[in-house]
Amino acid sequence: MSASWGSQILRLTEVSKTYATGSLEVAALREVSFTVEAGEYLAIMGPSGSGKSTLMHILGCLDVPTSGVYELAGQDVTGLSEAELAEIRNARIGFVFQQFNLLPTLSAWRNVALPLCYSGTPAAERRERAVAALERVGLGDRIDHRPGELSGGQQQRVAIARALVTDPSLLLADEPTGNLDSASTEDVLRLLDELNDSGRTIALITHEADVAARARRTLRIRDGRLEDLVTSGVGA
Amino acid sequence: MSWSETLRTALEAISARRLRSVLTTLGILIGIAAVMLTVGLGQGAQQTVRDQIGKLGSNLLIVSPGSSTTSGLRGGRGSASTLTTRDATMLSDPSVAPDIAALAPVSTSSQSVVAGTTNWTTQVVGTTPSWFPVRSRTTTDGRFFTSAEESAAAQVAVIGTTTATELFGRRSPVGQTITIDGSAYSVIGVLDSIGSSTTSDEDDTVVIPGTTYAARLTSTGNAASISTLYLKATSQQSLSAAYQEAHAALLVSHGVTAASADFTIASQESLVATATSTDRTLTILLAGIAAISLLVGGIGVMNIMLVSVTERIREIGLRKALGATPRAVRRQFLTEASALGLAGGVLGLALGYAGARLLPSLIDQPVTIEPYVAAGALLISVAIGIGAGVYPATRAARLAPIDALRSE
Ligand SMILES: Nc1ncnc2c1ncn2[C@@H]1O[C@H](COP(=O)(O)OP(=O)(O)OP(=O)(O)O)[C@@H](O)[C@H]1O
Ligand SMILES: [Mg+2]
Repeated sequence: MSASWGSQILRLTEVSKTYATGSLEVAALREVSFTVEAGEYLAIMGPSGSGKSTLMHILGCLDVPTSGVYELAGQDVTGLSEAELAEIRNARIGFVFQQFNLLPTLSAWRNVALPLCYSGTPAAERRERAVAALERVGLGDRIDHRPGELSGGQQQRVAIARALVTDPSLLLADEPTGNLDSASTEDVLRLLDELNDSGRTIALITHEADVAARARRTLRIRDGRLEDLVTSGVGA
Repeated sequence: MSWSETLRTALEAISARRLRSVLTTLGILIGIAAVMLTVGLGQGAQQTVRDQIGKLGSNLLIVSPGSSTTSGLRGGRGSASTLTTRDATMLSDPSVAPDIAALAPVSTSSQSVVAGTTNWTTQVVGTTPSWFPVRSRTTTDGRFFTSAEESAAAQVAVIGTTTATELFGRRSPVGQTITIDGSAYSVIGVLDSIGSSTTSDEDDTVVIPGTTYAARLTSTGNAASISTLYLKATSQQSLSAAYQEAHAALLVSHGVTAASADFTIASQESLVATATSTDRTLTILLAGIAAISLLVGGIGVMNIMLVSVTERIREIGLRKALGATPRAVRRQFLTEASALGLAGGVLGLALGYAGARLLPSLIDQPVTIEPYVAAGALLISVAIGIGAGVYPATRAARLAPIDALRSE
């Protein structure tokens, strides 16, 4: 813990999450503590039901821990209101989901521009930035296509463009290649590599070892507990 | 999220489910059209009433022979009447009735009028020259008879436009001669047209001096009796004072008590009020039905908005993940609901106006749609949309982002 706040983008201190379903209590996360430096490429691995998605939701401020402290870029986010959390998600975090989660009625650029609508960016600038983000992911020629007119890999790249458009400090990806074939997987992973090379912090959840191998560091999680800290310098 | 973006999103959501949206607005559409038509019918009826009052003069009191309980007696042809020219003379004295400005005794009967070979049965009125100002009538052609002509029992007649057309076609009636019950009269004027009242065609009439009428059209015993006495109060404010004076004076001169009064005094407004009171009940009933259909329309919008929130739970979750605040989500659904309401209102307005054009020819009732009623209808439809949207929008706003994202 000697690093300065400036370089530590995430810090979790004994974060636990318990779901209460009826009389049953499920401890999805148990006293998880770790930090992530700015510019890191982190993979989170673990078997199904181990709490990966729960962790990602907490990292993404979509959910709050039952106990423990979570600090994002030096700010304690536990105890913030829904509206404040929404603002943090908008400004600091980019999400990439397994199911892409694009709105089917909107064209690619309007899907990408969606986060900018909630940050009060003027209309002309929204389009400009959305198009730039689509060009960044290699879809400059598909800006007016609807999700239904794009392949799965292209849809996921649109989703990555959407995650990038607000220029967030942290990119969170929950099994982003889970629904993709190997060629598209490679496209998406190369894109994430490039983004990390240009300095963006990425946390990637995956089942697959070869996907995790792209990251510089892997966290293993089992039954809601962090197993050990493996620092992998083996990259692709 | 900016208002324009919110509106755009709402309109896109509505047009993405076009058929459903149209069906949803149907309830409000019908409700708004129904409200507009019932209000329009009510206002049309009021307009008719105002027109009729205007035709006859609002300061007018009408004295009829016979008590209100035996009202069948009203000035039958040739029958003895309890109302006479002496009553008229008495009431024209300002010391007896200071609030009566003018009066006109009227005797009427249905007579066969002949002009050349044409024969036409119409209402013949015998009266004094004051009939004109009292009934607020003028002549479009020629003139009315004078006091001198009345004193001399001159055989002159002023006729209504309908009578003129029936007897003379397009020829000018003034200067022509008509024959009533064997006596010849020269036509000296044509009355202005005021259209028909609820009971009769006011333009189908022949007006002659009362003295002439008494001498030639009544049996000798009834020469002084009249069928109606029109009283004009000095102003609308003095109408009830004039009523009191006439009532009291007539009771005294007829030697009767109020309970056994052998005459009836009605104001133009009281007649019209009776005629329209049934209309009003109907209007209230119809307005109630219209309000219920609006309520049902509102429930329809609420129902569809709730379905919409459930269906779009993933979209809501995604928007929240991307930074939509609860307030932004609520605003979006409220905008959508009010846009649905407004759409129903606009379509209802169109239907209402179409109905207002069509209805009068079907049910023979005027329909008046005032601009403020149309504006009010639109406001109501938006208010219903917002009211129906509050609960679904609040539900959407309260959804936890992960629950929304997780659901299939
Ligand atoms: N909303 C919830 N209510 C109750 N229990 C929950 C809820 N969400 C998750 N859990 C439980 O918490 C545990 C962790 O779930 P989580 O979704 O984080 O697993 P995961 O590691 O992402 O699994 P997968 O690889 O299958 O996606 C599971 O046992 C799950 O049943
Ligand atoms: Mg998961």
